[in-house]
Amino acid sequence: MGDFLLVTIQVDLYDQLAENLETDLVNAVKKHESKGVLIDISAVSIIDSFMGRILGNIGSMSRIMGAQTVIVGMQPAVAMTLVELGLTLTGVATALNVEKGMELLRSKILLSEGLSDDDEDNDTE
Amino acid sequence: MTMRTTTLSKEEFLIIKEQDVIPFRNRVKDAAVKCGMGLLNQTKLITAASELVRNLLKYGGGGAAIIESVNNGRENGVRLIFSDKGPGIADVNLAMRDGYSTGKSLGLGLPGTKRLVNEFNIESTVGEGTTVTIIKWKNG
Repeated sequence: MGDFLLVTIQVDLYDQLAENLETDLVNAVKKHESKGVLIDISAVSIIDSFMGRILGNIGSMSRIMGAQTVIVGMQPAVAMTLVELGLTLTGVATALNVEKGMELLRSKILLSEGLSDDDEDNDTE
Repeated sequence: MTMRTTTLSKEEFLIIKEQDVIPFRNRVKDAAVKCGMGLLNQTKLITAASELVRNLLKYGGGGAAIIESVNNGRENGVRLIFSDKGPGIADVNLAMRDGYSTGKSLGLGLPGTKRLVNEFNIESTVGEGTTVTIIKWKNG
């Protein structure tokens, strides 16, 4: 995947596994010097407040390390439930599927590189 | 006027560790599917169950979770009862307010969970424990 890390979550995770994923991913960003992280959650049938928080954390931590995160493939029922629960996943970029997610990641990375070329302040999202 | 709710079947589970959560959620899904619930209501119910079962572990030190298939004379549904013998909640009204949390979570737990189901009842006594009962109707 070149500069990108592609993560597919294929089972529903219990809390410790979700926390491990968070740690592993942030370490992988460092190890592979990734510029982008794409997380495919199309096989995840439930996102509760804990899992939502983990996804948000992954986005924030990766951003601090200079990588962009996009979450793709959320099932409609999961999205509707999340909003009703009160979790809107602000701060995490999302896209409909892997293809659109890759496009979004590329444009986010171009944008952040373009901005840092002529302006050190790339915190303009 | 409240309609009488009858219990059609009942299963009890002990929740003592994190790894108990996913099998429990799967059993909730089975019960929801059995009563004919659509995918969205299933997802809401299982998400609510996931929030409550985490509370049971985190604040109650584990406890019992009961899954019941119920009927109110008009439609079927699933009732879930979570009881722990933990420290209890001093101010239930405060705990039901959006944004309030004593733990390190987002504080969406109880009020968010209530929005996902049709009936929500919480009883708590400090020093004795907490029982939360929810019902999701098939078309609720």
